Amino acid sequence: MKHSRELKRPVSPQMAGLTRRALLARAVAAGSMAVIGTGFIAAPDAAWAVEVTVITPEQMATLVQMARDIYPHDRLADRFYAVAVKGYDDAAQQALVAEGVAALDAAAKAQGHANYVSIGWEDDRVKVLQAIESTPFFQTVRAGLVTGLYNQKEIWPLFGYEGESFSQGGYIERGFNDIDWL
Amino acid sequence: MVAKFDLNDDSVVVVIGTGAGGGVLSNELAQQGVKVVALEAGGRYLPEDYINDEWDSFAQLAWTDARTTSGSWRVARDFAGLPAWIVKAVGGTTTHWAGASIRFQDHEWKALTTYGKVEGANLLDWPIDAAEMAPWYEKAETKLGVTRTGDRAGLPGNNNFKVFEKGAKAVGYSEVHTGRMAINSRDYDDRMACQQTGFCFQGCKWGAKWSAAYTDIPRGEATGNLEVRERSHVARILHNDQGKVTGVEYFDKDGNLQMQKARIVCVAGNSFESPRLLLNSASSMFPNGLANSSGMVGKNYMRHTTGSVYAIFDKPVRMWRGTTMAGIMQDEARHDPSRGFVGGYELETLSLGLPFMAAFLNPGAWGRSFTTALDSYENMAGMWIVGEDMPQLTNGVTLSDTKDQFGLPVANVNFDDHPNDIAMRNHAYQRGIAIYEAVGATRTMPTTPYPSTHNLGTNRMSEKPEDGVVNKWGQSHDIANLFVSDGSQFTTGAAENPTLTIVALAIRQADHIAREMSAGNI
Repeated sequence: MKHSRELKRPVSPQMAGLTRRALLARAVAAGSMAVIGTGFIAAPDAAWAVEVTVITPEQMATLVQMARDIYPHDRLADRFYAVAVKGYDDAAQQALVAEGVAALDAAAKAQGHANYVSIGWEDDRVKVLQAIESTPFFQTVRAGLVTGLYNQKEIWPLFGYEGESFSQGGYIERGFNDIDWL
Repeated sequence: MVAKFDLNDDSVVVVIGTGAGGGVLSNELAQQGVKVVALEAGGRYLPEDYINDEWDSFAQLAWTDARTTSGSWRVARDFAGLPAWIVKAVGGTTTHWAGASIRFQDHEWKALTTYGKVEGANLLDWPIDAAEMAPWYEKAETKLGVTRTGDRAGLPGNNNFKVFEKGAKAVGYSEVHTGRMAINSRDYDDRMACQQTGFCFQGCKWGAKWSAAYTDIPRGEATGNLEVRERSHVARILHNDQGKVTGVEYFDKDGNLQMQKARIVCVAGNSFESPRLLLNSASSMFPNGLANSSGMVGKNYMRHTTGSVYAIFDKPVRMWRGTTMAGIMQDEARHDPSRGFVGGYELETLSLGLPFMAAFLNPGAWGRSFTTALDSYENMAGMWIVGEDMPQLTNGVTLSDTKDQFGLPVANVNFDDHPNDIAMRNHAYQRGIAIYEAVGATRTMPTTPYPSTHNLGTNRMSEKPEDGVVNKWGQSHDIANLFVSDGSQFTTGAAENPTLTIVALAIRQADHIAREMSAGNI
């Protein structure tokens, strides 16, 4: 999988050898993500993929979309949201996810949509989220994202944040007072 | 040669906690030849151990043992199990503190006299005053190496300060500078100068910021008079039939219950753990807890009127570079009731890294209003409000139904803002916003208080035994050989960051205890 960026787990051998074209051919649309074969979701351009073993690919795709809609950053690729919710692919979380995603889709239907991930506009998805905002499912996912998303060191540069500085001698010679527009 | 004292040695002073109060007290007593056993619930971490990473450091240093919360303060909703962001380690919260070291203003020692009675507040004058404290403040400033005191120069201002300074001066403020900080502007007292690394809250890896962990503690140990037992959690203070304390029971690093005898016990576990320990030490002779004939143990909790203002500009600021608390504006610290509240407040620059900004900017918030603010993180500047809050009888620490890992009832912290606190915070938000708008902020965010870092007043000092827990020496009114040595002895909170005052009181208390021991009075 030349094009796939591995997440926390290595990509399964099942995917090895699949061309990007084959991957896309097998993809089932799930919002901006694709459910590929069994046990995977991937970006439509196969720039990343995530394997699930306990929850369904559709549930994972819903979680990724939900994560983006809770903390939308247009400059963050889906894979960062996927990493942030990957922990829900766990037997201990299976019931929470199944019931939560079902409730989310039910709320979407109540607002006239087929399901959550099929809703085209973020504003409309947010209205659905607001309908379930007080549920433990929503609050658990939201709270988990605070560290699950923002504590990924890989995203820090996209916000300009420079992280650790001691090993570089701090900023005394590296611009602690370099503001030039005041 | 580090001392090792016997559990049955009843000639030692036991100090519980090793932070700004207990750590300094332990060293100062040891320097005067007094034998000290310091019991510290946390482990020992030194500059080489500190981590330039907010969550990893939090996991290393923060007190995360169970606590519970109640009351209308937002912390109880957003961080129900974390009423305070303070440290469990040798050196206590002096590893985490920002370093701001400013004296009380003279009138703040006499809050009741100066402000008059405030409805709903339990104001009281301290039994000491500015003249009494002046020489002790000077000793504390010398110990900590406070900039802009003595002949010590100020620190250079970072980007966050430059934005703050220009805005503050543009709206007419004049008392604006890079602060009186316990962070070296040049090498001092075997500690090097600040390298503008940021991460002051995560422990200074250069040792440029004063912390008891690598100054007072090892220096006390070097006298041969101080033994620090880390990972030792005190469960109960014991007493005899005469009502004198005789020692403490504690769980050692292996979880075994030990008993250390003592001539004197000094409690310095911070404003949550100190009253909790006194309450958990209740006996048939003292059914309401030790030193509690006044009923004031755990009451009058203060946390300073805080809050933050963050602002976004159209160009980068990079506020995280350099000292976290890089400057101060003191024009609003005065007492001026024409503003609609008594007491005053300071504005001090502050920055958080991206991970903590996400956690604390608006806890619980989601959606684009929140995320577009974070999108502009690089262009943000930040300041923190620290003002005097009102002591209230209903704010404080009681024993919770929740038990800790040792089976001991934990502290429940109840807090409601006083109307004076709210009026002050709103005034400070408006002034902070004005400062940033004066330099072109495109968006400002008045930010809710974080879990408390300044925890004060739950064993307060009073002239009369019926008004408080300890006398002007921090000695309990009820039990002559039981002292309180941390911020819980504050009668009122003043507008200033409390550490310098805690240190000054600890130096003064050590002098008093050593003298009283020599005289055979305790």
